[in-house]
Amino acid sequence: MAESDSKDPALEVHDLTVAYHKKPVLWGVDFEIPAGNLVGIVGPNGAGKSTLIKAAMGLLPLSNGWVEMFGEPLEENRHRIGYVPQREDIDWDFPVSVMDVVLMGRYGKLGLFKWPKKEDRLIAEESLAKVKMLPFANRQISNLSGGQQQRVFLARALAQESDMYFMDEPFAGVDAATEGAIIELLRDLKSKGKTVFVVHHDLSTVKEYFDWLILLNTRLVAHGPTDEVFTPEMLGKTYGGQLTVMTEVAEALARDDGLDATRRH
Amino acid sequence: MNLPYSIETPKRTNRVGSSNIPCWFVGILFLLAAPSAFAARIGDLSDTTVLEQAARFFMFQDPAVRMALIGCILLGICCGLLGTFIVVRQFALVGDTLAHAVLPGIALGYLWSLEKAPLPLFIGAVATGIVGAVIVSLIRQTTKTKRDSALGIVLGGFYGVGILLISMIQERYPRDVAGLKSFLFGSAAALNESDVWMIGIITVVSVVILVLFYGQFKVVSFDAIYARSIGISAQFFHYLLMLLLAWAVVAALQAVGVVLVSAMLIIPAATAYLLTDRLHWMLLLSTCFGILVAAVGAFLSFLGPNLPTGPFIVLTASAVFLLVFAFAPRHGLVSRWWRRLKQTRQITRENSLKAIYHLQEAEGFSEEWITIEKLSEQRHRSAEETQQEVTSLVKHGLVLREGNRLQFSPTGKSRAAEIVRNHRLWELYLTDRANIAPDHVHDDAEKIEHILGEETIRRMEESLNLPSVDPHGSQIPQVKKEVTS
Repeated sequence: MAESDSKDPALEVHDLTVAYHKKPVLWGVDFEIPAGNLVGIVGPNGAGKSTLIKAAMGLLPLSNGWVEMFGEPLEENRHRIGYVPQREDIDWDFPVSVMDVVLMGRYGKLGLFKWPKKEDRLIAEESLAKVKMLPFANRQISNLSGGQQQRVFLARALAQESDMYFMDEPFAGVDAATEGAIIELLRDLKSKGKTVFVVHHDLSTVKEYFDWLILLNTRLVAHGPTDEVFTPEMLGKTYGGQLTVMTEVAEALARDDGLDATRRH
Repeated sequence: MNLPYSIETPKRTNRVGSSNIPCWFVGILFLLAAPSAFAARIGDLSDTTVLEQAARFFMFQDPAVRMALIGCILLGICCGLLGTFIVVRQFALVGDTLAHAVLPGIALGYLWSLEKAPLPLFIGAVATGIVGAVIVSLIRQTTKTKRDSALGIVLGGFYGVGILLISMIQERYPRDVAGLKSFLFGSAAALNESDVWMIGIITVVSVVILVLFYGQFKVVSFDAIYARSIGISAQFFHYLLMLLLAWAVVAALQAVGVVLVSAMLIIPAATAYLLTDRLHWMLLLSTCFGILVAAVGAFLSFLGPNLPTGPFIVLTASAVFLLVFAFAPRHGLVSRWWRRLKQTRQITRENSLKAIYHLQEAEGFSEEWITIEKLSEQRHRSAEETQQEVTSLVKHGLVLREGNRLQFSPTGKSRAAEIVRNHRLWELYLTDRANIAPDHVHDDAEKIEHILGEETIRRMEESLNLPSVDPHGSQIPQVKKEVTS
């Protein structure tokens, strides 16, 4: 597996703007994150945290700016990224087992006709074992608790054997045992030199879990090592309500059908 | 106090409730069987009996029969496979809309070539099918109309245009009218060799594509966003599936008819969904059901003159669905009812055992024999009911009976001790660990005592340090592997 390039930052985002129905959700975000870190993405509701990682992975169109991973554009590096999305939009009655879902993580590595080999099954089993879900391998996915479902999606991303992971609120709605298991896994990934971005909502655990932080509130408030950035002043700026001027401008943009300020006129 | 569990098995997601077949749909199918006037005639026969027809069918000599059968079987495969993806992706209405949207295309194809040749009809059908799909997307993207309404608009609109065109054609070219109207309700007998070739090609292509790209279809159907994140184009495979669907609709049109094609897509797959939890099994079962109902439907429509194939295939499919719905081993209605009944009976038996144990305990276990009268008192049941309970207990080898008195069999004694232990242990656990008042724990223990497994018991005993008395001061029986009487 390719090692993460030590010269290039793991993720570089430049002047990133993402709009939803012409209303900017992320505005002019700029940062560089070095490899091998556990990075927390923190901010109030609606700050654009999920949007940031979806945009970084090319799952949302960018109105402006660009994203590079390991010094190269995203499409060259798809096979090096693992994604753990939020749990909500799945049809849990879909006729697949836990093992089926985790094997999907191997599809990026398989050829055009995605037929998993024995080796892929072994990797899938290892991933399930890491999240302690191997006994459930043959269960249909609706027979699982919320925390177990989350762990299955985590195993799927681990099976990808990526260098960089994006996780969208992996700790949301899980029991304490699962939370402990997840953070242990993340530390294990970091010790192997992987970079992990985690959208996180619980401020009380931020200092303990993450060594880098991205503070977001539609625009980038701050980013850097946790010790430097996790200060009352910075938190005040992040959580102290939207800048009212920005909110007003954003709403005016959304109302005016003729003008799209997220594009250069 | 009511703790949040019940004695029944945990409520599994109701598989039937999440299928896409509402009851009124089945009712309408029965009504649709009536207007058979539009279908073409089967062969040149008249005045032969049903038995003779059946015999003729099974001899497979008649080329019409062979064509019809092969065509229907191929169709069963095609619709069964694609229908699986329709059902799990909740696209049932999409299938129906496509089926209705191709009708004007067929009419236009006929107008173009002025004969009932497969190729122009096929091209016309696929063309208007695609136009219909595009219009649905446009409506959804530019207005706030939701998916089901957009589909309904196109379904109704295109179907209306199609009917209009067919009526116009009927005025001008009455010769081929019967053939065109067979597109409404289907006529397997009207399939000629080139039609069957077309169906065959479509089926083979669909099978090949689905097998080759099975992994992609699976991940795109399950989690489209994740698929995109690993570089699989969800859009491409979605449109590929829609294209295969359009072809399947066109293939099925002749045999099943526009009105009922979507049923042919949905019902075999929905039936398979009742029986399995895995996609590959669902595909296989759906295909088998597809073949079965198509062949049976073709056979039934052959039995009399002027019978349309579509309604018979769909009625067969509905009948199979109802059978599976009732008798499926795990989720079937009858299976569930039977399991519940057996469970209730087992609980009643165990409560009787418990009552006998309590009666013995009250005498300090000095007397092994209990009279039936005393038992009926303890259980607050009539003498008759108690007699029945005792008979049942004897039948299950739990109790030995002598005239009007009874005692435990070794098995019965062991099971009774287990139940009482479970009850008292659970009560102790609730009062000790869950801080629930001693006078509130009895009712829950009444329910829980029947279902506690040995492992849970062991953990409770460990956690409570192998206790010997319950919150009310009664002895907690120690149950060993061999029974000492």
